[in-house]
Amino acid sequence: MELISPTYFAKVRVQTVQDYILFCVQAVANLFRKPFYFTDMVQQADTIGVGSLPIVVLTGFFTGAVLALQASNTLERFGSLSLVGQLVSASMVRELGPVLTSLMVAGRNSSGMASELGSMMVTEQIDAMRALGTDPMKKLVTPRVVATVFMLFFLAIISDLVGLAGGGLVAKVLLHLDSRQYWSNAWETLIFQDIFMGLVKPVLFGFIIATIGCFYGMNARGGTQGVGRATTQAMVASSVLILVLDFFVTRFLMAVLSYR
Amino acid sequence: MSAPTLPLDSAIATTQEHPSAVVVFEDVALAFGENEVLRDVSFRLARGETKALFGVAGSGKSLILKLVMGLIRPDSGRILVLGHDISQMREKDLFQLRGKIGMVFQESALFDSLTVRENVAYRLMEEHGVYDEEIDRRVREALRFVELEQTLDLNPAELSGGMRRRVAIARAIITQPELLLYDSPTGGLDPVTSNTIIELVVKQRDVNKTSALMVTHRLQDAFTMATHQFDQQANRMVALQPGQHCDVPLSFLILRDGRVIFDGDLRALTQSVDEYIREYIS
Repeated sequence: MELISPTYFAKVRVQTVQDYILFCVQAVANLFRKPFYFTDMVQQADTIGVGSLPIVVLTGFFTGAVLALQASNTLERFGSLSLVGQLVSASMVRELGPVLTSLMVAGRNSSGMASELGSMMVTEQIDAMRALGTDPMKKLVTPRVVATVFMLFFLAIISDLVGLAGGGLVAKVLLHLDSRQYWSNAWETLIFQDIFMGLVKPVLFGFIIATIGCFYGMNARGGTQGVGRATTQAMVASSVLILVLDFFVTRFLMAVLSYR
Repeated sequence: MSAPTLPLDSAIATTQEHPSAVVVFEDVALAFGENEVLRDVSFRLARGETKALFGVAGSGKSLILKLVMGLIRPDSGRILVLGHDISQMREKDLFQLRGKIGMVFQESALFDSLTVRENVAYRLMEEHGVYDEEIDRRVREALRFVELEQTLDLNPAELSGGMRRRVAIARAIITQPELLLYDSPTGGLDPVTSNTIIELVVKQRDVNKTSALMVTHRLQDAFTMATHQFDQQANRMVALQPGQHCDVPLSFLILRDGRVIFDGDLRALTQSVDEYIREYIS
């Protein structure tokens, strides 16, 4: 196996980051340049948003349910089982709703975008599109970015809600808590900062999912093997970036919003 | 394959005799990393002329077509297409110029998520402002030209390799471009289907007099083009009679290791004393 020089390795990585940033700038700048592909945006919103609904609902519901179950064990020791609603609510809205929804959508759509655009790339369909006078960034990338950001925002809200419902069901059926107490606890604990944080994150993560998926797809080379590689890389990179960015966004928003 | 006896009594016009060039390459060079793919490539394609590009695999033939289309940029040199210097042209301006050029890709490159109709109509649909009835009429006309009108609602996956190439030709000619680029239109096809494709290329050349650059591995395709013309009344390609010559000039360009080693007409090609060329055409 040939050894790669560290300088060359670093250069390639820096070049990739630079290319990715330019790619993102172009994808956003296209929002202000004609033509606009509204039909493509709606189609993508349907594929990404409606198509991801079942997995998002299932993930959200069972995450909320297991949160309630796990929390009950600890809270019971302190005689505070009634606070389970607070815990599920704060965890789901601030953190688990946006992050798990994003990870699910990344697994489904970031890899999907990479494989779809990658296949188009290696079969010269992207070149054909350019040859036919269409900018693939405008036609393929920007609609996917807009659709993912828009739909992930709503998917995260749905995930929060079904997560709370999952926690509520466990609280009632297994922990024998009063439903009204659970829901009022869950509702009253939320403050503006929680909601704001929970809604900012899916917007950022949606942008990461779509741009990473499209970036790896548009840079796929080397036939079907290249498409496979792009798909895996898109899935891994978007998931890792979501988790890393989550930490920094949380820390930043806590500082900016003067969190309690 | 030996070079056929040709009706060469009348001189076949060469690029130099045509004042208005559609494509001009001036000392074009292109490298990928340390691999120099094209070196000082210079040639002209006159209006109405068809030029066949030959060379072994990896000699840079397809890259020349992509350079003409502005899909990649040269490292040095100048490329003029339809009077525009595209070497430094912005992508935004290139999109307008590409509207005047049609390209048939090596593996057809049809959009597999669209039907044949949508593929052929793609450019018209993107233009906006073209009515559905007009799109439908022109799609049918283009598909009739390649004799595939019945495939209108099929998906590319349902077509054979040869049919896909024909649909790709229909997609390229629907806007009646000034320049056509064919990237190995007969590559990987059986001889009968290849002949059908060449007949369509000849038909487009003789009926619409479109300038064209054609990359091919098959020398016999170019010889067929040089020795045949399209008879519109019989609606088929017919062989030229001795003494008769084709109205549309055909020239040959041979690449070797990224350099142009031959650029001329069929007579010059068959009379070449270069050993490599002799071996190539034998």
